[in-house]
This record gives sequence, C-alpha cells and structure tokens, in this order.
Amino acid sequence: MELNSVEAVQEALATQRYVSEQSLATAIYLSLRLPKPLLLEGEAGVGKTEVAKALATILDTDLIRLQCYEGLDVSHAVYEWNYPRQMLAIRVLEDENVDRERAVEEIFSSEYLIERPLLQAVRHVGKAPVLLIDEIDRADEEFEAFLLELLSDFQITIPEIGTIHAEHPPIVIITSNRTRELHDALKRRCLYHWIDYPTVDKEFRIMTGKVPGINERLAHQVATFIHELRREDLYKLPGVAETLDWAAALLALNQRELSTEIASATLGAILKHQEDLQAIRKNKLEGLVAAAADGE
Amino acid sequence: MSTTTDTFVQRSISFGRALRRAGVHTTMGQVMDFVRSAELIEISQRPEFREAARACLITHKDDLPTFDRVFDSYWRSKPDFTDQFFESGQPGDETYEVAEGEEGEEGEGTPDEAGDQEGGKRQRLEMVEPDDSAENAEDSEGDSDDVLSYSAAEVLRERDFADLSEEELAMARHLMERLHWKIGQRRSRRRVASPKGRFIDARRTMRRSLQTAGVPLRLSRRKTKTKPRQLVVICDVSGSMDRYSRILLQFIYAIENNMARVEAFVFGTRLTRISRLLRRRSIDDAMQRVAREVQDWSGGTRIGQSLQTFNMTWARRVLRNGAVVIIISDGWDRGDPELLRAEMSRLQRGSYRLIWLNPLLGSPRYEPLTRGMQAAMPYIDDFMTVHNLASLEALAKHLSEIDDLRPVRRQNPLLPRPSVPPAA
Repeated sequence: MELNSVEAVQEALATQRYVSEQSLATAIYLSLRLPKPLLLEGEAGVGKTEVAKALATILDTDLIRLQCYEGLDVSHAVYEWNYPRQMLAIRVLEDENVDRERAVEEIFSSEYLIERPLLQAVRHVGKAPVLLIDEIDRADEEFEAFLLELLSDFQITIPEIGTIHAEHPPIVIITSNRTRELHDALKRRCLYHWIDYPTVDKEFRIMTGKVPGINERLAHQVATFIHELRREDLYKLPGVAETLDWAAALLALNQRELSTEIASATLGAILKHQEDLQAIRKNKLEGLVAAAADGE
Repeated sequence: MSTTTDTFVQRSISFGRALRRAGVHTTMGQVMDFVRSAELIEISQRPEFREAARACLITHKDDLPTFDRVFDSYWRSKPDFTDQFFESGQPGDETYEVAEGEEGEEGEGTPDEAGDQEGGKRQRLEMVEPDDSAENAEDSEGDSDDVLSYSAAEVLRERDFADLSEEELAMARHLMERLHWKIGQRRSRRRVASPKGRFIDARRTMRRSLQTAGVPLRLSRRKTKTKPRQLVVICDVSGSMDRYSRILLQFIYAIENNMARVEAFVFGTRLTRISRLLRRRSIDDAMQRVAREVQDWSGGTRIGQSLQTFNMTWARRVLRNGAVVIIISDGWDRGDPELLRAEMSRLQRGSYRLIWLNPLLGSPRYEPLTRGMQAAMPYIDDFMTVHNLASLEALAKHLSEIDDLRPVRRQNPLLPRPSVPPAA
C-alpha cells in the first residue's frame, strides 16, 4: 500500500482495526519519509506495540521484534557464535589436516553465526523490515548507548567477518513505558510521540473493531465506565488492552449491559492491584456503573 | 581540648588530604583513627609514628610508595612537629589565628583577601603542603576554610543541628560536602569478564582454545556486574521540621553531587520532586531554586497523602531494581494514620530497604509515640537519627554496608492489637 500522505496512513491503520489520531498518523508518516526511528511512549497497554504490528502488515513486510530487559547484551541482541558447532568443526578439520588459518576462517564464517534480532534487521534481504525495539526502558543504559551507534548508520561490525551494512535501513519503532527517563542522545535521534489514553469515543471505536460481536450499547457503557475509572486515584490505571479484555469477558458471560454485580465480579480484568480493587469495590462501583448507564 | 591537640588534628586532616590528592584513597574516618592512635603510641618516635600512620591510612599495597613519598615531604618540612604541637601551646599559634580570620567572613571571603591578610602565615601553610599550591588558585576559599575550621568542626560533629548558629551551619555544610557517600551495590543482570567469575565465557574460551588446537585447556570466565543502588530521599519540610529541613536539604545536595543516582522529593502538605533542581553546580543556587519551587515550605504535614502521591505517580519510575528509600521526618502527621499505614506498607514492598530518619530520635527522652510514627513503625527497616554530623556519618556507613541480603521482613507486619477482638 502506498503511504504518501498522513490521511493514507490513518486509513491504512484503520484497515488493520487500529484507531489512530491524526497526530500519531503524522508521526508515523514522517518517520517513514524522513526516515527516522519513531519513539512511542505511553502508559502500559495503550497500543504502542500494536503500531509496529499494524505497520508491518500494511507494508507487507517482516516484523522483527527485540524485547528489552536488563542486562541485554550483544550476544542476545545482535549475534552469537554457535560454540558447540564450532568446537565440533574444529575436531573434524583437525582430522582432515586443514591448516590452522583456514580452519579459523572456516569456523568464524556466517555458517556458524546465530543471528539475533538486530543483525537480522540489518541483514534482511528484500523489503525493509519493521524493527520493533520493545520496552527499551527495561534495558540498561549500556544497551541504550549501543543502540545509538546502530541507529545512526545501520551497520554492525563483527570482528571476525567485517562490517555489515543494511541493504534497506529497517523501519524502527521504539516503545517505552517510561519507567525511567531515556537518555537525551537517544531521544534526539528519534521522532517522538506520546500515546495518551483514548477518549470515550475512540475507545468505543477500538472496542467495536477489536471485539467482534459486542453490541454498541455495552461497548458504550464500558467505554464510559473506563473513562470515569481513569479519573480515580489508582495505583495502576487500566489501559486499552484491559478494556478489550473486559469487553471480551463481559461478552463471554453473555452480558448485554453493565450491572453492578457483574462489574464487581469481573473487575479483576481491569484492575490488577488489591488496593485498587478494594477502593473501587468499596464505595465507587455503583456510581461508576450508574455514570456508564447515563453516558449513553 | 587544648589548641595544641586541635592543631595536630588539623595537621592530620590536611595530611589525609595530601594523600588523597596524591591518589591514595583514604577516608575521613581513617584519618580520625590515625588521630586517635597517635594518643596511643610514642609520638616522638618517628618510625613508630610512621607505622601508625601507614597502618591507619593505607589499605592498598600499591599505595605504599606514594604514602612514603607524601609522608616524607609532609612531616619532614617540620621536623620539630612534636614540640610545636604538643609541648608549646602559646596563643600565637598561627593556624588558630587564621581560623578566626576566615570565620569572620562566614566562609565567603575571596581568596585574595584572605591571602593578603594572613600573608606570612598562608605562605607557611603552603610551604608545609606544597601540593596545595596548584589547586589554591581555584578553590583556596574552600581549602583554607576546611583545614582551619576543623577543630571547631570536631565539636560541631556532636552538636544538634537545631542548636547551631548561622556560621556553624555554614561550617557544618562544608563538612557535609566532604562526607564520602558510597551506597551498597546490587547485582545487575550484566556480566563482565573476570578470571574468577562464576560463569564460563563461551566466546572467549572458544577463541583461546584455537591456540591449543581446539582443546579448551583454559576456561575464560565472567562474573555478574554490580551497580550502585538507586537512592530515593523523601524529606519533610513542614513547620515542625523547620529547624532541620534546610540543613537536611543540603545533605541531600551533598549526596546528590557525590553519587550519581539520587532521586529527591520534599513534602509538607504535598509532594514535590526536586531531583532536577538539585543538579546545580552551586549549593546556594540549588537551594534558592528549591525554595522557589516548593510551595508549602514550613506549612503543615500530610505524610500519608504525600507518600500516596509518591506511590502512585513516582514509585514506578524511581523505585527500580532494588532502590533504597530514605524518609526524613519527625512523624508529626496531621493526616489520617490509616492512610499513612497503607502507604508505608506499599512503599516498603516496593523498596529494597526503607530507612526512616527522625531528628528527634537524637534526644534520649524521645519515644516514637506520635500517631504518625506509630502507624509507620511496623514498616520501617531501619529507624535512625539525623540530628548532627556524627549521625550523618553513621548513615553514610550504614548505606555503604547495604548488601545483597535483604532485611528480614515479617509477612504480616506487627500491628497494635485491636481493643475489641474481631467477631468470629
């Protein structure tokens, strides 16, 4: 699909049932055209990762995903040698009386290389892939620094093989839950977009798109309920992912509209902290359900 | 204490600094040990004196040559140091006078003025401590100040912050900047090469095995890397803490500029994050900015609510990877103790170690009986005082000893028993 305008991006996302605001569509469009990595920040469960998935489908290309965690290093993010195979190969080459230099060359060739996501993205043949670097705030500063290098020129140097350049620079989407502040140097290299919690109307549209079979009345009540719930003092506000879970749960229980009993019984789908559950169940639930019924 | 002993203390302090400048890592605590040990040995015997100094101040074999060099140049320049400092106690003792001169300027005098005033005496100091001269141009103000005021500082260590005059506060603040902060380490998930590490470094072992025809005769190893823990300080600046809050903020500033990772918050009725404000070069600048930004300075206290704000808004961002949390407050809470209890419980679960510093604990008659303190007590891992410099030193020591062993916590915190037994 040709993505040659902001509207085209927005429409294309809609075909993937991804409801986007114009600001997000603009950010994506620019990151494709400039081209520059796109840094998406937002609370957990507002659909940051979904952007990358939808984009890969739209562009009909591969999605390469790197999940970050503390201590993520080159051998898990870029490449690793296949040591057992190398050791066996040495034995064989020894028996065949291959001279040492050639043996070294042999065992440090691509054949013995295990590609990890970043190297896969750089060596990818054909269309430029979408590279999703997920939850970068979980990785440590050391990895962030390494990433800087990669993002600036999309090349990876393996001492034994040489420098590998990307044929088509991948489309990079970086997500962060903002559990820590990222380094300015990294931010400077990216386009930035903050994904906020959706409005009632947007969440309603997301639900009708993503939860097949839900009736409009229930979807609207759920959207209003969640919207009001996000105004409460909670340790963890429910994200869109939770909304969808809850809608699916209510559907599975054959509910056509919200009732206090059922809402209370299924509250665990949206609130995952004991304190939050207690606070809402104790004296807020009825008011919220009533507000949801009125909001239609 | 007589001025003679004080002068010896000063000499020792500056000797310690000369060592540090030469690249030897010695702490103020070590210097104080050295001063104490000087009372125990025959100080006029040079070899014994040298041995004592070496035993107290040096912890690395590699530092021995440096130590010998610095020791010789430092103590030889006044071969009669024992006479000078222990047998004569005349009031005309030079360094003492300089101390008074500096004090009059409240530590803010320009270096040039000070130099002119004390002309000859300063020169003598520089002669004794040749290493100083290079740095003098840059921070002679701080330098002369700390050498000379240390005798007073010794007394200052034990005095309650609340009883200090303005000048003494300024002095305490300088001393505070010199405290060495080192926080306990946590194990990170990253691994680094180390000959005695627990894990085998497959990549290197493989490479090295090529030299021995593919037989991995020597194993390369890696160990877990450690990183300093995140420190989070939450400081009460309400009215009841007024006598302490300013100096304690300076204490936070001092840690902040000594260690990389400190997140700082202050609260009265509401919580304000001041981490960014403290990243200023000069402490006065930082203090001014904090005072401007923090609205409810010296107002009432709502600890429970402030901690709730922290738990909801900040905990996820700053309590990562086993943070050590320090709350500084006297526990006078006007809010709901039940809320404070709930938030303390949550905060304790989120932190690796929860330390509560209460300046009132310094008084021998104090008992934590306020409602707020009572509610918070079951969730505190370490309850310590923070009313004078000595207590700060104790805290610094405590922080550096926090290791990988989590404090034992009760599954169900001990709570005061309800007066009416719950219905079955």
